[in-house]
Amino acid sequence: MIRVLYFAWVRERIGRPSETVETAAATVAGLIAELSAREDRYAAAFADLRALRVATDQQLSSFDAPLAGVREVAFFPPMTGG
Amino acid sequence: MAAADIRVQAGPFDYGAVAADFARQSGGAGAVVTFLGLVRDDGGRLTAMEIEHYPGMTERAIAAIADEARTRWSLDRIAVIHRFGRLAPGEPIMMVATAARHREAAFAAAEFLMDYLKSRAPFWKKELHADGADWVAARDEDEAALDRW
Repeated sequence: MIRVLYFAWVRERIGRPSETVETAAATVAGLIAELSAREDRYAAAFADLRALRVATDQQLSSFDAPLAGVREVAFFPPMTGG
Repeated sequence: MAAADIRVQAGPFDYGAVAADFARQSGGAGAVVTFLGLVRDDGGRLTAMEIEHYPGMTERAIAAIADEARTRWSLDRIAVIHRFGRLAPGEPIMMVATAARHREAAFAAAEFLMDYLKSRAPFWKKELHADGADWVAARDEDEAALDRW
């Protein structure tokens, strides 16, 4: 079980801020493929990975990062703080 | 030095009071630099700014940025305040304060903190206009600004 969080337009496109996902995916990319296969709104949100960033357990990460031992994955657009 | 004073909050802050307190507690420092970021009014078009963040990661990311600043410069103190939620044009969004023995380190560290907060702290800004709302897109210049460090 992995907690998946969405922020900014990713959250709006998917229609929820977070969910718990049962997944057998080995990597973040695998999780994205599973989610995208679910429903169009996921596929739309994940259509262009260049427009997305990912964090695993609250650290900036990459799409090829392994999911073993990871409890939380977050997807969001490039950050605009400051 | 003491841990960085990091505050992520919805409510307003009093820039003058925070700056004065920071300076008072940095007695031996010699140089204090403060930066205040305000919501731009976008030529009167902006009705409000909404800032979303990632509770938990935000504080960790800012602490990591502050730690990195302390490895690069000899700093006596660091303070970062960043707001989230709905803000009106002209309202303070965030502030950074650095204290060091000499001004070079205080200025450089403040700029470093600002550059990294822009693109490495998990905040997202949405601009609300009379005719709709848009997420603010990250700018290539902001990413490029990190290269100078």
